Amino acid sequence: MEDKKLAIIATKGSLDWAYPPFILASTAAALGYETQIFCTFYGLQLLKKEPKLEVTPLGNPGMPMPLGMDKWFPVLGLALPGMQGMMTAMMKKKMQSKGVASIEELRELCLEAEVKLVACQMTVDLFDMDTDDFIDGVEYAGATSFFEFAGESDICLYI
Amino acid sequence: MADFDQELDASGLNCPLPILRAKKTLNAMSAGQVLHVVATDPGSVRDFDAFAKQTGNELMESKEDGGKFHFLIKKS
Repeated sequence: MEDKKLAIIATKGSLDWAYPPFILASTAAALGYETQIFCTFYGLQLLKKEPKLEVTPLGNPGMPMPLGMDKWFPVLGLALPGMQGMMTAMMKKKMQSKGVASIEELRELCLEAEVKLVACQMTVDLFDMDTDDFIDGVEYAGATSFFEFAGESDICLYI
Repeated sequence: MADFDQELDASGLNCPLPILRAKKTLNAMSAGQVLHVVATDPGSVRDFDAFAKQTGNELMESKEDGGKFHFLIKKS
């Protein structure tokens, strides 16, 4: 197969939304796609050496709540301190029990398969982020260089 | 089930890990060799079919046996 290309823009920095870019990129790479993930705004969290990704039930009515928690904790209850940490811990445990890979593992598989990870220079500056906190191999670029790759891609996703 | 050269147990793993592990194992094998993958993820049935079609590796056999899914993939 002649190399196909997949371009992904990752804009979200929560645990649940970290999955689609890494699942699709690692799978595409296994299928022979040349793949690039352009991380911008909160998507920059995906590039941290130690990503502290959490999941929040706030503003997310589609999130299935364990143990009937939605009944006991109506919307305001979900804003209580510690709730986000607890939901994150429960989600991670659930994922592990279902054989779902961790974000770190999927990211490692992406890097092994030579998926290119690009950080948006503008948002790195905007948030005063320390690039020492990012994993090795990250490239820094802007919208124009994204289009150089995305313009020739077969699939382009905004996540 | 036909003969195989290498076996990969992907039981308990969920999408996309069975495919990624299979790809990694195939990378280390030579052309014509056969990989036997065992998986429990029901989604892997369609995924291995699609994997074979897209990568050119041949899916020689795909079957369910005792609650597990078995795949024989010949490296192209």
